Amino acid sequence: MLTFILKRMLLLVPVSLAVSIVIFMIVHLVPGDPIDHIVQIGSSPEQRAELIARYGLDKPILVQYVTWLGNVLSGDLGTAIILRQPVSALIVQNMPHSLTLGGLALLFSTVVGISTGALAAVFRDTWIDRGVMTAILFGSTLPSFWLGLLMILLFAVQLEWFPVSGARTWGSLVLPVLTIGIGGTALVGRVTRAAMLDVVRKDFVLMLHAKGLSPWAIQMHHILRHALLPVVTILSLRIGWILGGAVTIEFVFARPGLGSLLINSLSQRDYPVVQGCLLMLAIAVMLGTLLGDVVQAIMDPRVRERIA
Amino acid sequence: MAQPMHTLVRIVSTPRGAVSGAILLIVILCALLASWVAPYSYDIQNLPGANLEPSASHLLGTDEFGRDLLSRIIYGARTSLAVGFTSIGASVLVGLVLGGAAGYFGGAFDRSVTAIVDLTWSFPEILIALILIAIAGPGLHSTAIAISIAYLAQFTRLTRAQIIGLKNETYVEATIGLGASHGHVLFQHLLPNALTPVIVAGMLATGDAIILEATLGFFGLGAQPPTPSWGAMMSSGTAQIFIAPWIIIFPGVAIAGTVIAINLFGDAIIDALDIRGKLRES
Amino acid sequence: MTLLSIRDLSVCIGRLRPLDGISFNLDKGEILGVVGESGSGKSLTATSIMGLLPLIGGKVLKGSMYFDGIDLTTLDEASYRRLRGRRIALISQNPMTSLDPIVRIGAQIDQMASLHLGLSPQKARARSIELMEQMRIPQAATVYGQYPHQLSGGMKQRIVVAMALAADPDLIIADEPTTALDVTIQAQIVQILIDLVRERGLALMLITHDMGVVAQACDRVVVLYAGRVAESNSVEGIFAEPRHPYTRALIRCIPRGGQARGSLVGIPGVVPRVLDYPRGCRFNPRCDLAQPICYTETPPVHADGSAAVACHFSEVRAHV
Repeated sequence: MLTFILKRMLLLVPVSLAVSIVIFMIVHLVPGDPIDHIVQIGSSPEQRAELIARYGLDKPILVQYVTWLGNVLSGDLGTAIILRQPVSALIVQNMPHSLTLGGLALLFSTVVGISTGALAAVFRDTWIDRGVMTAILFGSTLPSFWLGLLMILLFAVQLEWFPVSGARTWGSLVLPVLTIGIGGTALVGRVTRAAMLDVVRKDFVLMLHAKGLSPWAIQMHHILRHALLPVVTILSLRIGWILGGAVTIEFVFARPGLGSLLINSLSQRDYPVVQGCLLMLAIAVMLGTLLGDVVQAIMDPRVRERIA
Repeated sequence: MAQPMHTLVRIVSTPRGAVSGAILLIVILCALLASWVAPYSYDIQNLPGANLEPSASHLLGTDEFGRDLLSRIIYGARTSLAVGFTSIGASVLVGLVLGGAAGYFGGAFDRSVTAIVDLTWSFPEILIALILIAIAGPGLHSTAIAISIAYLAQFTRLTRAQIIGLKNETYVEATIGLGASHGHVLFQHLLPNALTPVIVAGMLATGDAIILEATLGFFGLGAQPPTPSWGAMMSSGTAQIFIAPWIIIFPGVAIAGTVIAINLFGDAIIDALDIRGKLRES
Repeated sequence: MTLLSIRDLSVCIGRLRPLDGISFNLDKGEILGVVGESGSGKSLTATSIMGLLPLIGGKVLKGSMYFDGIDLTTLDEASYRRLRGRRIALISQNPMTSLDPIVRIGAQIDQMASLHLGLSPQKARARSIELMEQMRIPQAATVYGQYPHQLSGGMKQRIVVAMALAADPDLIIADEPTTALDVTIQAQIVQILIDLVRERGLALMLITHDMGVVAQACDRVVVLYAGRVAESNSVEGIFAEPRHPYTRALIRCIPRGGQARGSLVGIPGVVPRVLDYPRGCRFNPRCDLAQPICYTETPPVHADGSAAVACHFSEVRAHV
């Protein structure tokens, strides 16, 4: 298993390099002198010169990239122009909020999605199935930020069950998690249902019936277990989407987090922060995909063998 | 797609196709004829009449500047559809050429295209769009460009899969044997046959693109005031959530209705043409 | 003593009737060959006996199936489940796909003993390994912890046989147990099955399309054609005096010495599909003895002791 994880991590190296190049290039592709996007407003010419020297902005671009990458790897993501703090400190402040939100939303989507998908598959072509499928259609097409606003309107403004915004209490997590979770649940539910209906037709399922197992035991111990394989694949591919959902929803609920930080910095053109946030989100997406692959390898002996 | 009219008749004769088709038609007509259909102009402010509840004179109420919400939603359809269709249209075109060439020629070109497509594949479209907006700056044009680039991977991948499937058919070899150029084979023979699934995928993606445009508009990174955009309208409505909730409800209904209609109609097309398998190939 | 008795069994799937009045008996300690080309209804007969017709959308239309005095056609699902695997075990056609690919071999065999015999995990494991050793699986304890994809086809089929034996059944239905395997492995698996019947005194219903296997293994034979019984008899009787033209054609297909088993001499024509069974005798399009009556009248079954044949001209001796 360890070799599998190591090999899989090696595959991430070129991807990380490509991503880091794209993010590094942002500052250089924006019209205007890069130094204007890095330097704080009202800095003295000396500070300006020092930054130029530090980032090597007078040097060839390849040298600049290597310098930047070196800084990033040693934890130096530059200084925020507007907030006037080290970007790494801002990220450390905001990261836990995003991780909590994203993690809980992922958990919610997985648990609720698999249960509803399995329910629809077991009771296929009944009103339960049709109800679940309709809910899935709505859950996967409604814009998440609008869902979030409707949640606020109903549960926070009208019913006053939860706070409208912020992140001071655990209660403030309920609505954001639900909002992201609905989209995720729809995705997971649809894949679970389709996968279970697919597995039912396999030869070994007939054999399980012939062994005298009850339909319930077959559904839960064998079919669902198989159906979880594509679910994990989709989840590992879509962890990024759930994180993307977190970016949007943090902004809707005015919660602190990488997403809010990113969007606010984008509006204010605070490029060092934008770069830092994008880098963190990209790393999160890649680690999420890695995690998904590892879970898949734990569940399916055939995958383990193919990669190891 | 041999008989488009025949297919269309088949689609709208199902309840799903008829209802979704009708909704889509209404939205498209609103977008095209906004200046005739809308009861008011979209940017006339009337501060004493701000945050009015829905009533006979303002069917959907007014916003925080006293502008008629219905009129702004009708004009907003124009923004949403324009961004959705142009960005996805451009993305489909580029995807067809890139994916077609990659699938047809193979080799190092194919490998590098595939590598880039696979790289962007695991990142959510919104993250890609945000990176591009970071470069191009906020605004409607950069939104459209960002969306078209964010969806490029999908169409490139799909086209490539179609072309690889078609490439080995005998008539292609025969055409090459007759001395046709690669460009002729690719553009006259292969791409037309790969077109249908890619266009249907593009149609479905237009729904997602409309949501993405609205999301970016909601962040304040898309259409800038006073251009009416469904997302931006809701964004300014959040400040009025306690006193005028209709400002965020109705634009959302417009988005949700349009997108669900697009998805259902796209589904109906997929079933009518029986191409679900082809869409899954990629 | 009769263990399984099937009388006039007809099965429908939707509006189709793929089994039409099948009858045969199977005694304890006996090997019954059920022979026919694909599409003749052999596997469907197995599915019917296992009570799994609902899974493929079928049901028993008429007729009876008695297993050890139990009427299978009226048996409720819960009681049926105590028969399946416990008293009637199935060995399916394709060992490659009949094991759950993500469950360890051992657990799949253990499941039978713990489900039907209530054995503890330790006892079930010991029993499974013992069975695997009886199946001549080398290093059974190692294989016990492996996954199906790590084994060869022949090994997998031995596992399936071990699984079928795990709850000590009275009847084993082997549905073409060797078709997916190499020639040398085929013979081994058939031998294993023969030995089991002889040692344990259980009954085996061996479904095959290969008359060679029938000659090697079976005591009695039922020849199915297009959902009906063409002929049934003891194995000696059927080879000494085949009375149905289809049986004779099948026997002609047995490869003789010098011929590779793969290069089968086929019967001209194909088995008609259930949608378009011909009127009269269903074998008429392919029969060289067909007369006008064969195109209009369904041949009656001439029974003679334990032998039966359904041909208008069953008394006519063919010039083989």
